[in-house]
Amino acid sequence: MKAAHYWHCFVGIQTREWLRFWQQRTRFASALVRPLLWLVVFAAGFRAVLGISIIPPYQTYITYETYIAPGLCGMIILFNSMQGALSMVYDRELGSMRVLLMSPLPRPFLLVTKLLAMGVVSVGQVYVFLLLALLVDVEPPLWGYLAVLPALILTSLMLGALGLLIATWIKQLENFAGVMNFVIFPMFFMSSALYPLWRMNEASPWLYWICQFNPFTHAVEAIRFSLYLEWNPMAFGITATVTVILSLLATAGFRPQRTKILGTSTPA
Amino acid sequence: MTIEARNLSFRYGDKPVLKEVSFALTSGGFHALLGPNGAGKSTLFGLLTRLLALQQGDILMAGQSLKKQPAEAMRKIGVVFQQNALDLDLTVRQNLLYHAALHGLSRKQARTRGDRELERFALLERANEPVRKLNGGHRRRVEIARALLHEPSLLLLDEPTVGLDVASRRGLSDHVRMLCDADGLTVLWATHLIEEVRPEDRVLILHEGKLLADGAGHDICEAEGTRDLAETFHTLTGAG
Repeated sequence: MKAAHYWHCFVGIQTREWLRFWQQRTRFASALVRPLLWLVVFAAGFRAVLGISIIPPYQTYITYETYIAPGLCGMIILFNSMQGALSMVYDRELGSMRVLLMSPLPRPFLLVTKLLAMGVVSVGQVYVFLLLALLVDVEPPLWGYLAVLPALILTSLMLGALGLLIATWIKQLENFAGVMNFVIFPMFFMSSALYPLWRMNEASPWLYWICQFNPFTHAVEAIRFSLYLEWNPMAFGITATVTVILSLLATAGFRPQRTKILGTSTPA
Repeated sequence: MTIEARNLSFRYGDKPVLKEVSFALTSGGFHALLGPNGAGKSTLFGLLTRLLALQQGDILMAGQSLKKQPAEAMRKIGVVFQQNALDLDLTVRQNLLYHAALHGLSRKQARTRGDRELERFALLERANEPVRKLNGGHRRRVEIARALLHEPSLLLLDEPTVGLDVASRRGLSDHVRMLCDADGLTVLWATHLIEEVRPEDRVLILHEGKLLADGAGHDICEAEGTRDLAETFHTLTGAG
């Protein structure tokens, strides 16, 4: 296969994802309600409880809304990636997964392209969220909106690969409720999305270490730092490494040896 | 294109689903793969489409091994799955363009070929309608048109008439036979409905994972000493 074939395939998968997004735009709009509730209601209530000291990348005292905005960007990607990855393997998208895998191009390429396409749609939602966040005075520097893009794409790839991995390997979690309880909520709460980790360390050192080992923490920090034009090599490094590992494992799950669910007429 | 399945066996865990199945498909021919539900037809399709990995045996497409040169072999196959695999919210044309892109075709190529196929299927004027608005028979036609976009030599159809009325079933079957004659396409049509098979068709009867008969319909009937395929099928499989 030539490079042009890969390019046409890449463009085709991206186009389809945007067309689907446009078809389901009301669903995507309603998905913004969740992070906005956190930002407007939860943050207003918690602002008084939690005092945020000056911590990098912020150079002054910040409001709680400003603190949790990057975490909520991560939350949007987290929900979308899990939902997207699950639907790739189960129910609605099973047919289209078969069509995808019938392509003569290598499966790792197809799957990563698909994850990337889903991720780009999530990133679009994050930007809409950040625009709305301006209404509650979350105002990162203008260049921050551009600087955060690589972190957002990396995060969406990492979480998409994780979702795909979970959907293909862990049969017990085949519905979204299961994933929400055992993956999304633990990942979100045991991270730096809602509270700085030094606070967690004060409360419980072992929880602090769990948060440190949670790749979502580092993804959120990569988003936070780049949004405020600061470079955080550790957060980026860990997010990138985890992305590569999860992508390799997730695509391995789609070798023909593992695609029994797609090869039979009735998914088992 | 010649297609040869050599000694295929497949098991899910301890349960054997295909047992040493061998056959060769004639280039440009219509082949009916007949078998009751659970005979192993979908598993055989899974192997032919590489959604399942070969456990034992090999499949050769124009001499190329599916095991050793999967990408080359896959380029020659078009598939219509048993369940709908169209995106219902997208238009007919958008579905076709997506499939063409997956096979590395440029947008221009895809559009030309897509329109050509749709015209042949008398669906060109519906190209910009969402698939959801099409009836079952038309959806199936779109799926076949889609499967032909990358100009495969082998078309696999896994129970394509499930859920269709009698007239649509007949129309679909006539159309696919026409493709064999007009394009020299090799077709493997899996079904459990005997009325879809004609006496002159090449028939492969699969039952409990074993290939029980392979030959022209009337020859099989003659060999079994039966009046028609329905009786042959009943005799061989114990099914109605």
